Amino acid sequence: MRLRLVPEQTSFDFFNRWKLWLGLSGLLMLMAFGSFALRGLNYGIDFRGGTTIRTESATNLDVGVYRDAITPLGLGDVLISEVFDPGFRADQHVAMIRIQAQDDEEAINAETVQSVEGALQAVVPDIKFVSVESVGPKVSGELVQTAALAVVLAIGAVLIYIWMRFEWQFALGAVVALVHDVLLTIGIFSELQIKFDLAIIAALLTIVGYSLNDTVVVFDRVRENLRKYKQKPLKDVMNISINETLSRTLMTSVTTLLALIALFVLGGDVIRGFVFAMIWGVIVGTYSSVFVASAILLFLGVKRDWSKPDPKNAGNQFANVDA
Amino acid sequence: MLQFDLWKRVLIWLLCAAGLFLALPNAFYNRVEQSNDARAVLETGISTPELEAQAGQWPSFLPSSLVNLGLDLRGGAHLLAEVRVGDVYESRMQAMWPEIRDALRPERATIGTIRLQPSPPDELRIRISQPENMARAVEVVRGLARPIQSLSGAGSTDIVVSGDDGEIVVTLSDAEKLASDDRTVKQALEIVRRRIDEVGTREPTILRQGSDRILIQVPGIGSAAELKAIIGTTAQLTFNPVVGRGSDPDANAGVGNKILPSIDEEGVYYTVEAAPVVTGEELVDAQPSFDQNGRPAVSFRFNTSGARKFGDYTRDNIGSPFAIVLDDEVISAPVIQSHIPGGSGIITGQFTVEESTNLAVLLRAGALPAGLDFLEERTIGPELGADSIEAGKLATGVAFVGVLVFMALSYGLFGLFANIALILNVGLIFGLLSLIGATLTLPGIAGIVLTVGMAVDANVLIFERIREELKTAKGPSRAIELGYEKALSAILDANITTFITAVILFAIGSGPVRGFAITLGLGLITSVFTAIYVTRLLIVIWFERRRPKTIEV
Repeated sequence: MRLRLVPEQTSFDFFNRWKLWLGLSGLLMLMAFGSFALRGLNYGIDFRGGTTIRTESATNLDVGVYRDAITPLGLGDVLISEVFDPGFRADQHVAMIRIQAQDDEEAINAETVQSVEGALQAVVPDIKFVSVESVGPKVSGELVQTAALAVVLAIGAVLIYIWMRFEWQFALGAVVALVHDVLLTIGIFSELQIKFDLAIIAALLTIVGYSLNDTVVVFDRVRENLRKYKQKPLKDVMNISINETLSRTLMTSVTTLLALIALFVLGGDVIRGFVFAMIWGVIVGTYSSVFVASAILLFLGVKRDWSKPDPKNAGNQFANVDA
Repeated sequence: MLQFDLWKRVLIWLLCAAGLFLALPNAFYNRVEQSNDARAVLETGISTPELEAQAGQWPSFLPSSLVNLGLDLRGGAHLLAEVRVGDVYESRMQAMWPEIRDALRPERATIGTIRLQPSPPDELRIRISQPENMARAVEVVRGLARPIQSLSGAGSTDIVVSGDDGEIVVTLSDAEKLASDDRTVKQALEIVRRRIDEVGTREPTILRQGSDRILIQVPGIGSAAELKAIIGTTAQLTFNPVVGRGSDPDANAGVGNKILPSIDEEGVYYTVEAAPVVTGEELVDAQPSFDQNGRPAVSFRFNTSGARKFGDYTRDNIGSPFAIVLDDEVISAPVIQSHIPGGSGIITGQFTVEESTNLAVLLRAGALPAGLDFLEERTIGPELGADSIEAGKLATGVAFVGVLVFMALSYGLFGLFANIALILNVGLIFGLLSLIGATLTLPGIAGIVLTVGMAVDANVLIFERIREELKTAKGPSRAIELGYEKALSAILDANITTFITAVILFAIGSGPVRGFAITLGLGLITSVFTAIYVTRLLIVIWFERRRPKTIEV
C-alpha cells in the first residue's frame, strides 16, 4: 500500500475558469503592491543602516525597562522587541534592539553602541550582548541596489534560458509567474511587517528558483504533449499535462515543505523570517505554476506544429537538446 | 534492456566513496580541529607531549579539511572598512614641496620669489612674484613629473602642473590617483593582515572588496571593537621639528606648519613643521621596553637611510625640541641633547605596559598608508553561534527523517533507493564543501535543508514517470528506462534554472547570502548526480538480481 497524495488518474479542469484565476492573481498582486506602497517594508539594518543589538539575560525581560534606559540617550528611533523561540532555555530571555542610523555619521560610531550597552548594563546587570551588528548608511544604500539588481538579473537570466529552451510564450508565462511570486512575498512581508533584510533577498531568489522549477516541469510536459496530441485544443492539452504532473508537483511541494517546516519550528529565531519567506514562496510558487504561468500560456497561445523548424523563430533551436 | 557499463558503475561508486571520505572529518569536528591546530603548531617547530597527543587524535592518512564555520555559527567579528585613499594625496603633495622649491630656486632671477600658498589638501599652490614668466616656472615644475609605471596609466605622468593667476598649481594626475589608490589599498590590506597575524588568531579572512574596501572577518575574537582597536589605528609615526608650543588650537601656524594637540597634556598644542624629518616607514624594529625611570616605553631602530636622516638632524639641531607624532597627536617633544648616530632611540610618554606593547606591535607591522572608515561591523557571540548550530542540527535531522519516511511511504522500495541517494547526497555536499574550503553559514544550513527537500524532486519526477509508463504496459525494465529517459529534460531544465539563480546569488551576494548560494548550488549538482546515477544504479542492480515480472513504484 502506498501513500498517495492524489489519485492515480485525475482529470481536474484547471482552466475552466482560468480568466477568473488570472484576475484573482492580478488582484492579489495589486493588493501586495498596495500594501508595499502604503505600509512599506520593515527594513532591517542591512537596508536602512543602523545598529541591532541582541541581548540575553537570565532575568525576566521587561521591554519598558529597556526603553526607559535607552530613551535618555536621544538616539532617535529605537525599536525594542522580545524574541521568543521554542528552542530557548527557561532562563533565556532574548531581546532585539534596533537603533536607527545616526544622521551625522557616515561610518559607525562605537560610542553610540557603548552608551547603549552601558545604559542597559546599569538596569539589567547580568545582560549579555550576544550580537551587535552595525551597517553604515553608505553600505546599506548599496546593498539595496545590489539586492534589486540580483532579483532583476535572476529573472532576466531565467527569461532568456526558457526562451532558448521553449518559446517566448513559455518564457513570458514563467516570468509573469515569477514576478507574481516575488510581489506576493514582498506583499506579505509588508503586510505582516516582518523584518526584511539581506537574507530575505536570498529567500526571494530561492523562491524564484523553486517556482521556476515547478513551472518548467509543467511546461516540459506541455511541450511533450503538444507534440503528442497535435489536434487537441491547447486548453485540453494543458489540462492533461497538469493532471499528469499533479502528483509530482504535490510530492515535491510536500517534501520541501516538510523540510522547511522543520526548519521553521526548530531552526531558531535567527533564520525564521528567512524560512517563512521560503515556505510562503513554495506555496505561492506551486499555485502560480498552474494558475499564472500556464494560464498566461493559454492566453498567449502557442505554435502547434513542432515538426518543422520555424526559420522566423529561432527561439526554440535548443528545444530538443537532451544532455 | 537496462544497461550499465562496468566502468560507469565503478566510477559512480568511486565518486560516492571519495565524497564520503572527504566528508568524514566533519563527523568528528572538534577532534579534527584540535588535531589540525596542534599540527600547525608542531610545524613551527614547537613540540610538547600534549601537542603530540592532540595531533595524534586524528590519523594523518585521513583527510583533515573541515567545513569552515561562518561567523554566525562560530562567533567572531566582521568589519567592512573603506580606505580613505584621498589621505595619501595630501602627504604626496607635502612631500613634493621641498623638491619643487629646490627646483625653482635657481630660476629666481626670472620668476622672482616663490611662496607656498594655502591650498586644498590634494593640491599645491605656489605664488611667484613675476607672473609674466609663469610659462618658465611651469616648465621647470613639469620637469619633475615622473612617468607612471602601470598598465592603465602608461604614457601619462604623475603630476599635472598649470599656471593660474600668478600661482603654479600642482595636482596629482587622474592616472596617478588611480595607481595611488590601488597601491594604498594593497598596502593597507597587507598591513591589516600583518597586524592580525601579530595578534595570532585562527583563520582570519582578509579580502579586498571593490576598489577601496577591505573585508575582515576574524572568528573567535570577542568583539568588533577589539578588532577595530588593532586595525583601526593608523599608527603613522613621524618625527617633526617643533616650531612652537602654545595653548591655542586655532592659532596661525604659518604656511608649511601645522598645529597638533599633545596626547598627555591637556590644552597644550605644538606647532610643528608639516614635513617630517623621518617617518615610521623607516623603522625596522619596535619593542616594548622601559625608560631609565622604569616607566613603560617603546624602543625602536631605524633602517640605514632613516638612521642617517635622524643622525644628521640631531647633529644639526642640538638644543632644539622635536616632536614624536603618532596619528597627528604629539606623544612627546623632547629636546635634542646630543647627536644620536646609531639610528635607535626610545619613545617615552605616559604609557601603560599594555599601551606600549600595542604601540610596538603597530609600529612593527607598519603604518596604514591611509585612515580606515568602518562601514559595517558585526559581532556575533560564540553562544549565539553554538545555539544556531544546535538548532540547525536538530532541524536538519528532523527534516531529513521526515523526508525519508515520506519517500519510503510513497514509493516503497524505490523510495528506499531514493533515500540512500539522499543520504549520500548530504554526505557529498559536505565532502565538496570541505574540499573547496567553503564556509558554512546559518543560511547555508538552510540551503542544505532546502536541498534535502528538493533533492528528492528529481527522483519523484523519475518515479512518477515510471508509474505512467507502467500504465501503458511495456514491461518493467522498459518502463524504468523510459521513465529515466523522459524525465531527464524536465530534471535538467528545472535544476539548471535554479542553478542560474544560485550563481547570481553567489556573484552578487555577500557573507551569509553567499554561504547559502554555495550550499544551494553544490546541493543541486550532487542531487542531480545522485538522482540520475546513484538511484538508477541501485535500481539496475536490484533488477538484475531479482528479474521481477512486475514492479510497483
